[in-house]
Amino acid sequence: MNSRFEVEQDPKSRDTYYLNMGPQHPSTHGVMRIKLHLNGERIISAEPIIGYGHRAHEKMAENRDYLQFLPNPSRVDYLGGMIYNIGYCQAVERAMDIEVPERAEYIRILCNELNRISSHLLWLGTFLMDLGAFTPFLYAFDDREKILDILDRITGSRLTYCYARFGGVILDIDDVFLDNVSNFCTYFVERLKEYEKLVIGNVIFRERTIGVGIFAPDLAQKYAITGPCLRAMGHENDVRKDEPYGIYDRFDFDVPTQTEGDCFARTLVRMEEMRQSIRIIEQAVNDMPDGLFIAARVPRRIRPPEGDYYFCVESPRGSFGMYIASDGSDIPFRLKLRTPSFSHISAMPAVMAGTMLADAVAILGSIDIVVPEIDR
Amino acid sequence: MKTDVIQLFENPYIALGVTIAVIMAYLSVNAIMLIWLERKLSARIQRRIGPQRGPFGLMQQIFDMGKLLSKELLTPEHANKLLYVIAPILVFAPVVALSSLFPITSTYIFHDFNIAIVLILAISGINVIGIFLAGWGSNNKYALLGAVRSVAQNISYEIPLILSVIPIVMITRTMSLYDITLAQETYPFILVQPIALIIFIISATAETNRAPFDIPEAESELVAGFHTEYSGMRFGLFFFAEYSNMIFACALATVLFLGGWRGPFLPDAAWFFIKVYALIVLMMWFRWTFPRLRFDQLMKFAWVVLVPLSLINLLITTLILKIV
Repeated sequence: MNSRFEVEQDPKSRDTYYLNMGPQHPSTHGVMRIKLHLNGERIISAEPIIGYGHRAHEKMAENRDYLQFLPNPSRVDYLGGMIYNIGYCQAVERAMDIEVPERAEYIRILCNELNRISSHLLWLGTFLMDLGAFTPFLYAFDDREKILDILDRITGSRLTYCYARFGGVILDIDDVFLDNVSNFCTYFVERLKEYEKLVIGNVIFRERTIGVGIFAPDLAQKYAITGPCLRAMGHENDVRKDEPYGIYDRFDFDVPTQTEGDCFARTLVRMEEMRQSIRIIEQAVNDMPDGLFIAARVPRRIRPPEGDYYFCVESPRGSFGMYIASDGSDIPFRLKLRTPSFSHISAMPAVMAGTMLADAVAILGSIDIVVPEIDR
Repeated sequence: MKTDVIQLFENPYIALGVTIAVIMAYLSVNAIMLIWLERKLSARIQRRIGPQRGPFGLMQQIFDMGKLLSKELLTPEHANKLLYVIAPILVFAPVVALSSLFPITSTYIFHDFNIAIVLILAISGINVIGIFLAGWGSNNKYALLGAVRSVAQNISYEIPLILSVIPIVMITRTMSLYDITLAQETYPFILVQPIALIIFIISATAETNRAPFDIPEAESELVAGFHTEYSGMRFGLFFFAEYSNMIFACALATVLFLGGWRGPFLPDAAWFFIKVYALIVLMMWFRWTFPRLRFDQLMKFAWVVLVPLSLINLLITTLILKIV
């Protein structure tokens, strides 16, 4: 089953050729190029070439104050926009010691997890489309649309959210929102079973993913693999559990793991993560307290005391970290974004070498990259 | 009982012309209708509505054809012009030539040929050459990869396809499609050769490059495979050829296994087309349900599963025929 085997590396051989997968290619999910050195269909080496969508988010942070940078994080990763947006606020709050009201924390958890499900759904659809199955893509988008509608109602945006503020969220939620969310939960648990029947049980899907794109155990440390990719390798690593931010420590949920580290394991992990997210959402809806949705007293000027701050959150793709170097002014001296997709794409040469061309597409789909997040 | 349409005319060239005209007209309309069917069916499978122009979205295809016809025929700069131009024709031509052999009704047939099956299996292989020329002539790596895959796939799947047809020939002791249909008077051969039918359908799906065996044009890997560089009606011809090949393969399956025109109440032709389109709907259903196989898995499936299975089926058929 293992499709990796040693190939001779002879770049001058006439039997081999280079194939540019990208910058415009159906499977790179954005503007990215992978330079493949091929021997027939067998990949000798793969080199991701990034930077086509570079927007200088980190430099932008150095030119504006903390509040003005608020719309940016959700544009870094447009699929997990809510998580990035809330994560950035939490980072600044941690640096400034701003207290966040209970209700705001619960709302944030709700939005985080809804966003995680919508991101995973989009991943499921596009991954299966990479494997050639078009129908699950539309099913996943249909369900994702329901989440977008729910979030749209309270945040006013569907993709690049800017809902969180320092000290809470900008608008309160109402009962209709909570009803929508709990209706969605009951609906989605049933849908997940359908997805599993359609996808996990499929013989061709298993053939294409089991044993394909195995992350060797040492890769995790070498390339700082995090998130579902790391959990698929057997490490129970989740920022929400390991260093709980917000109020994640109050919730009861499991961190799904698999041991194989192949595309199939990553699929199983993400499927189970969606189920765990539903569990978190249900708890959050039940325990939703009354009160303020944004802290009554938030400092007018956001000026973290001089020093370095690092804060990371669990994004749908892995650990998203923000390193804020503050010189005490209201403009960050440096804001470094540590994005999981960048780490994962760095590991691609090691994972793709020796696989088939079709596997490269499957691997790229299974690690769930978001290209603007790589380029930033 | 039966009349060859070709013999109705004095002049054989006129007969040929009429035959080709009728078949071309049918295949063109058929392709347009099948594209509509595929769009509507996939929409139904995917909880969508599908095309909306005109009644039941029927006009969508007409507009699409108009668009394809009015587009400029671009030839890539370093393409091999001759190969690039003749490739789409070579892909489409065999189907036109071979469609005349099908007995659609019990009374009229374009031409009843006594070794029709040999002819079909031989000439239907030509479209592989067309696909390869398209890939080679385009001077594009994706197209070439698609063409290489296509050739390997078509050659591999031709073997189980032929092996699944042989038992029918052994039972009926004839290679004429008309006589094979006649031989299914009491029961269709699906009852005695179910395994051969399954092998035939799988191989035919692979031969027509349909999902889940659509690796030659795997859009997520090879952009559009062997027809990446084609535009306008040249691309349209590949498109037509795909649907014509589908109807061709399904018609063959209908004649060999489902009893051709035979059926109660309805006229002969109606039964023939009902069976053909039922098989086509099945093939479309495959496409919108399954992911795509990988190239080596596809090969393995042909050589490790289908070929031995069809050989065993052949052996069992031989033994039974010997005993009975």
